[in-house]
Amino acid sequence: MARLTFKGGIHPYDGKALSKDKPIREVLPKGDLVYPVSQHIGAPATPIVAKGDRVLRGQMIAEASGFVSAPIYSSVSGTVKCIEPRRVVTGDLINSIVIENDGLYEEVEYDAGKDLDDYSKEEIIERVKKAGVVGMGGAGFPTFIKLSPKDPDAIDYCIVNCAECEPYLTSDYRRMIEEPEKVVEGLRVMLRLFDNAHGILAVEDNKPEAIRKLKAIVKSDPLISVKALKTKYPQGAERQLIYATTGRSINSKMLPADAGCVVDNVDTVVAIRAAVLEGKPLMERIVTVTGDAVADPRNFKVHIGTNYSELIEEAGGFKTEPVKIVSGGPMMGFGIFDLDLPTTKTASALLALTKDDVSEMEPTACINCGRCVEACPGNVVPKFLAEFAENGDEEAFIKNNGMECCECGCCSFICPAKRPLTQAIKSMRKICLAKKKK
Amino acid sequence: MSMMKVSSNPHVRSKESTSSIMLLVVLALLPAFGFGIYNFGIMAAVHVLITVAACVLTEFVFNLIIKKKQTVSDLSAVVTGMLLGLNLPVGAPWWIGILGGIFAILVVKCLFGGLGENFMNPALGARCFLVISFPAIMTNFNCDAYSGATPLALLKSGAEVNILDMVIGRTGGTIGETSVIAIVIGACILLATGVIDLRIPGSYIVTFVIFVVIFGGYGFNPAYIAAQLSGGGLMLGAFFMATDYVTRPVTVKGQYVYGIILGILTGIFRIFGPSAEGVSYAIILSNLLVPLIEKWTMPRAFGVGGKKHE
Repeated sequence: MARLTFKGGIHPYDGKALSKDKPIREVLPKGDLVYPVSQHIGAPATPIVAKGDRVLRGQMIAEASGFVSAPIYSSVSGTVKCIEPRRVVTGDLINSIVIENDGLYEEVEYDAGKDLDDYSKEEIIERVKKAGVVGMGGAGFPTFIKLSPKDPDAIDYCIVNCAECEPYLTSDYRRMIEEPEKVVEGLRVMLRLFDNAHGILAVEDNKPEAIRKLKAIVKSDPLISVKALKTKYPQGAERQLIYATTGRSINSKMLPADAGCVVDNVDTVVAIRAAVLEGKPLMERIVTVTGDAVADPRNFKVHIGTNYSELIEEAGGFKTEPVKIVSGGPMMGFGIFDLDLPTTKTASALLALTKDDVSEMEPTACINCGRCVEACPGNVVPKFLAEFAENGDEEAFIKNNGMECCECGCCSFICPAKRPLTQAIKSMRKICLAKKKK
Repeated sequence: MSMMKVSSNPHVRSKESTSSIMLLVVLALLPAFGFGIYNFGIMAAVHVLITVAACVLTEFVFNLIIKKKQTVSDLSAVVTGMLLGLNLPVGAPWWIGILGGIFAILVVKCLFGGLGENFMNPALGARCFLVISFPAIMTNFNCDAYSGATPLALLKSGAEVNILDMVIGRTGGTIGETSVIAIVIGACILLATGVIDLRIPGSYIVTFVIFVVIFGGYGFNPAYIAAQLSGGGLMLGAFFMATDYVTRPVTVKGQYVYGIILGILTGIFRIFGPSAEGVSYAIILSNLLVPLIEKWTMPRAFGVGGKKHE
């Protein structure tokens, strides 16, 4: 049988061997914790604490404002030091709540609630919403919205995105190896919401151990199946994942629900589980700290708000001076100029490289080789889109489906002339989106 | 800690570069070049070296004069030079390669903006320029090894040809076009390394065969078809020049369309035209249609036009 996959894509060096066999270790923060009020797509949260307030671990410190928004919780006990703009990975200054950690980790009492079967669907969604769960794969879309489509009965599949197609990242893999039952339980919570849905755990086939463990847990569950996907980037891109697992394709203006699907990644599903079954808000996540500049690459359970420099320290510091540090994976992550940044809900990795391909390889003329066309999972022509973008031709850009780009980076990666295609297209998309909003 | 380098994603790049691709093309041309030397003697090597030198020097000097960053290290001028050299008859005077090289690089490539901007294949543009300007030189395939008409010309006049000799390459013709085996070995290198795929050569050759069967006057005659395929510049053109990145459509569907157009044009030129040859003109003419083909064959973006699932 042909392996489940999509058209296009690339095979970058995966670098996962550096950290894939390193068990998850909890990192206790030492310094101040910083919580930007915008760690999700949508309206920034509104702080509900003031300077000098004492807060407990698990206490809400900023509430959701508006429908598309998510609250933020303190991951330590301590005192609110200040609320001020701080730098985040994208380079923006975002209003942030700074908490001085008292090292006691005094927790609030969580509302453990009742048996899953005793909840109404509305109650489940409410618990996910209240816990501040957002898509932890990178986008940060508030999860409760994904879980409440217009017609829940039309949902055929709840898909857990276990692809982890980004090179170097092993956080989801470790989670699947170490706590596979939590992933499956989280999926079962999701399935409670959709009466007609089947569950799919979609894993790239370079993770046989994870596939084996998940299969062992769900083997007697007729509703849930584990699907092995061809290992290819960007297998974990939402639209490509839906296509690979169900054969349904949606465009950028459609939602997974339009294809009868709800998709959430591993960490998000585990957070859904904690929110519903334990009443715990989103306070931690797994972060892979890796790269050839890192002395001891590792997977950490990190308190959200922890400073990046502490994570590097925990991984033994740098063995070689890094040239480039990326928050996230090498394909879609953000290049950061300094380590003084907080871990947010969407930070899956911290990658330190001794070599920067981008600055070492100078762009030359496009030779029209067509590799970007072959690699583009969105089936657009990156070469033309980048040209339109560079010429500022918005009309042609939109007409030729520039807005369908998912910014996965395949075109820039594969380009033999080393042209920054993704960058050009991404910038133009931002311009077009901003104009549309006006 | 010092400030890190920042840039937009992605932060890694593939190993392949323009020059590594061009180097593979040069390597893939070596079998045909080697056979050309074996078949025609040392003058074949001299011609090709002259055209390569002319191409590279022209680009170097042009960049120098207009104060553009040097681009000769991308090796594309070497490829152009080799292709042009392989398209010359061995009996041509030495200066023909210099003239052709200058025309290819200066007129067809550099004046239009350099690599990536040329509207037609520089080597073929130059070859056609030479054929039109010096027809006596460019179509005189008499040399020490062979005399008389090329197999394709014989075929056109209805004479018998030796197909085995044509496949191996023991015939008259331009330096690099005679040996099907040598060209196919080179093509296999390009196919195996992913530099080219079979879309254009495949649709080109299949279309051409169909055309020949219908209009060739011999019906489905395997010997005639084999001779048409092995003769002239078809193989070299289909695998090495029709596949030139810059001058072929970048869209997948467009590449099939382009191959089909090439097949038809080559068939028309060879069967109905005054000359036995037709590949060069078919390719440069099709080069001009590329922007139009691309416009008509833009792919449908993933999921666009799809229906909502009920």
